[in-house]
Amino acid sequence: MTVIRDVVCPFCGCLCDDLEVTVEGNKIVKTRNTCAISSAKYMHHEENRITAPSVDGREVPLDEAVEAAAEILASARRPLVYGLSSTECGAIAKAVELAELVGGVVDNTASVCHGPTILALQAVGESKCTLGEVKNRADLVIFWGCNPTEAHLRHLIRYSGMPKGLYTPEGRKGRYIVAVDVRETRMKRLADQFLKIEPNGDFELLSALRAAVREVKVQAETVAGVPREQIEALAERMKRVKMGVIFFGLGLTQSDGRHMNIDAAVGLVADLNHHTKFVLTPMRGHYNVAGANTVTAWQTGYPYAVDFSRGYPRYNPGEYTAVDLLARGEADAALIVASDPAAHFPADAARHLARIPVVTLDQKVNMTTMLSKVVIPVATAGVEAEGTAYRMDGVPIRLRKVVEPSDGVLPDAEVLQMIIDRVRALKEGA
Amino acid sequence: MRSLIVKGGYVYDPLNGVDGERMDILISGGKVVEELDEREAKVVDASGMVVMPGGVDLHSHIAGSKINIGRVLRPEDHRKDPVPRTRLTRSGVGYSCPSTFVAGYRYAQLGYTSVMEAAMPPLGARHVHEELNDTPILDRTAFTLFGNNYFTLKYVKAGDMGMLKAFIAWLLRATRGYAVKIVNPGGVENWKWGRNVGGLDDLVYNFEVSPRQIITSLARANEELGLPHTIHLHCNNLGVPGNYETTIDTMEAVRDIKPREGRRATVHIVHCQFNALDGDNWMNVRSGAAKIARYVNAHSHVTLDIGQAIFTDTTTMTGDGPWQFRLHNLTGNKWVNSDVEMEAGAGVVPYTFRKNNPANAIQWAIGLELALLIYDPWRVYMTTDHPNGGPFTFYPKVISWLMSRKARTETMLEIHKACMRRTTLAGIYREYDFGEIATVTRAATAKALGLKDKGHLGPGADGDVSVYDIDPTDWRPSMYRQVEKAFSRAAYTIKGGEIVVKDGEVVAAPPGTTIWADVKIPEDAEEELMRDLEADFRSYYTISLANYPVQDEYLPVQERVAVDGRRGW
Ligand SMILES: [Zn+2]
Repeated sequence: MTVIRDVVCPFCGCLCDDLEVTVEGNKIVKTRNTCAISSAKYMHHEENRITAPSVDGREVPLDEAVEAAAEILASARRPLVYGLSSTECGAIAKAVELAELVGGVVDNTASVCHGPTILALQAVGESKCTLGEVKNRADLVIFWGCNPTEAHLRHLIRYSGMPKGLYTPEGRKGRYIVAVDVRETRMKRLADQFLKIEPNGDFELLSALRAAVREVKVQAETVAGVPREQIEALAERMKRVKMGVIFFGLGLTQSDGRHMNIDAAVGLVADLNHHTKFVLTPMRGHYNVAGANTVTAWQTGYPYAVDFSRGYPRYNPGEYTAVDLLARGEADAALIVASDPAAHFPADAARHLARIPVVTLDQKVNMTTMLSKVVIPVATAGVEAEGTAYRMDGVPIRLRKVVEPSDGVLPDAEVLQMIIDRVRALKEGA
Repeated sequence: MRSLIVKGGYVYDPLNGVDGERMDILISGGKVVEELDEREAKVVDASGMVVMPGGVDLHSHIAGSKINIGRVLRPEDHRKDPVPRTRLTRSGVGYSCPSTFVAGYRYAQLGYTSVMEAAMPPLGARHVHEELNDTPILDRTAFTLFGNNYFTLKYVKAGDMGMLKAFIAWLLRATRGYAVKIVNPGGVENWKWGRNVGGLDDLVYNFEVSPRQIITSLARANEELGLPHTIHLHCNNLGVPGNYETTIDTMEAVRDIKPREGRRATVHIVHCQFNALDGDNWMNVRSGAAKIARYVNAHSHVTLDIGQAIFTDTTTMTGDGPWQFRLHNLTGNKWVNSDVEMEAGAGVVPYTFRKNNPANAIQWAIGLELALLIYDPWRVYMTTDHPNGGPFTFYPKVISWLMSRKARTETMLEIHKACMRRTTLAGIYREYDFGEIATVTRAATAKALGLKDKGHLGPGADGDVSVYDIDPTDWRPSMYRQVEKAFSRAAYTIKGGEIVVKDGEVVAAPPGTTIWADVKIPEDAEEELMRDLEADFRSYYTISLANYPVQDEYLPVQERVAVDGRRGW
């Protein structure tokens, strides 16, 4: 029996790195410091696994599956490479290289979650910090359209709510926590103040707060269902604190206004920096969506939605994003890595995916593997393979390997390299 | 690999006293050698051309979170400069925030073979190294940020030089860094409360130490450890009119520190153009370059790089968060701020240097004044602080300004006349020769960095050579356009004995080597440090000490420079 310490959890954007995993005979038998989500993922990571590579549902040796994948991608006119946010950076880099080689489009799950955050950044910028800054300094923490008690279970404990840090010796007592949401969540009990706002009222409320910070009198009695006095009081508090932070989630990026909401939040935070320290940080879901954006950006200049059909990278969210490319019926083949778009994409996009040849690299059986022509099982990064992941705040951490993958099961990056080699051979032969 | 003979060129190798003599350079096994079997060797015909050691850029921002924020922030910048893939090279984008591959190719096309990443936040070190691994051809180092690190402040406050030195040794190893980088010491820590420092004797909140104490302590520790490079310092008050005084005060503060054996310098001042402003505000700003040059000419303990401003649209990015916020407020341009727990911060703001803007015209002149008024080319280096003053791809243009008064005059006539009245540039007649260009772009930078096998072509040097298609015997400063053209596209760039660029095109893209400083300190000092780090990491960091150091997987091709820090203990 071995106890492995300082294990990095590869299941959400928090990337908690204080886990203890107990292994007996290459089997995980116990975990410590995990949240409910990650302990289940660790303990059940062997279940529902894809047992062998397959082509058209027929089990084949790995080489044959790689050859089939290479033929599909090399002969496609507009192949799509998608997923990537739940694997390590080495695999992401290989996926971008492969997309370039076949003149395809590469996109990651940011296009369906924090894409608007990136669009807002490109329009107006952002003010952010690593999570330790929040732990060590923040005395005002606002959660806007996100619910860490459901999606990021240890966020409050490790980073944003409870911990005692360098200048926050009182922990939770020294922090004022505000939650803003359209429905009452468990954050209502946890927060010092809960603002229930009308659906799609985010932009108005952020703008009203910004006006109040600038000492412009808000005329309306209520904005997005929030009374004026409350808005003014919160604005006053925001200006007075030592350091404030707004964490935001899909409630802000995916409600009406989308990137305009983030623009408004960035503007509010920029104004607050004339009074005190204030930052804004997205709560990213997939554990390495930040890594997918990061790697794609350093290789191509753009964080997602990149088209290589002209031999150089072009960027246009809404056009080269996976959902749009599929819904228009444009992609004629797809490589899916560590994602299940067949289950999560809108119906017209998912329907088109079912019509074209799909190559999928994944650990487990899911809706996308079921409609795929080629399926290649891979090792789980962070459990059966090492690699880099970028935390939701951009901190790069090396994932540890705690058990060996099954015989013949390789990490994503190695399988992608095999496909690249075969595609190259096919292209050069032709 | 076949050995190479670079035949018949006019060689400029200032470190070996060679100034334009016609000679052959022999390379075998990746190194410059004295003799080799000529029948086996491939011959590169350099007759009628200039031959220099491969370029060594000592201050650039090409890898890590800052430049990558710039990339994500600026799709509009990329659109004007897309780069298609070839059979041999990856695609990407260029201009002010080039993708990693393109940065490697373009430096090589200019004849550069080594580039230093000038600001590595320790917590983001893995990111820097991942990007460097995707930057082909170039050998490189990265400078670790120390000036606002919690442990630096803690040990400076305690006056504990032993712990400070142990910490420097440990953090360089943990981040695989090469030098001690300091950015706006104290100011970035105060920025985490939304404030700054205004000069050398302001205080850092909660620590009650001053920038002066931080700089002198780090400089002393740096020299006592015997690190290959001096402290690499981005001064306080960057971009503030009147800041030349702070810059001179800073130089003066480290004057009496005893340099390590074998060098005179105790400080390198970075992108000095931004720190050489005289005047009280942006309306009456004027050049303070002459005053700085006078100080530097009289004191041998200072080196600096110019951080030349270029009239173009670029992206500013520094570890100086409060300065970037100020620039955002001055310009109204989009702004990214990024604070790193316990260690550092950064900001990114797009910026355009305009010909008709008086302040920009003065900034342009200041960089050149510094390069021309400081007599000793071994102590003033050519940079644009890529991409802060402008993209490195403008180096050939800077070379033409340095080599030709006519080139400068023509630019001066196009820009705001403030550069005539509020700088001394118009009255400067000095023109660099090829030997001086070789000095400020490779020989002197390699020497200042302590990279012994770089920047020269003596036996044992790395086989890094650049060949430029220009005949120095038949050249006059009025022909500056030719020089700009020749330096824009190297006829050959040879890296480690392999031809990587021919006629300005990349023909091979081998991986580069990452060089870092491995400093030995007494074991008991290291143990004491680790006890202190463990406690503070547990309390204040959000990643564990065990997961903090950069793993060897991130340095597939590496070279350690061993430093024995125990001698001065
Ligand atoms: Zn710089």
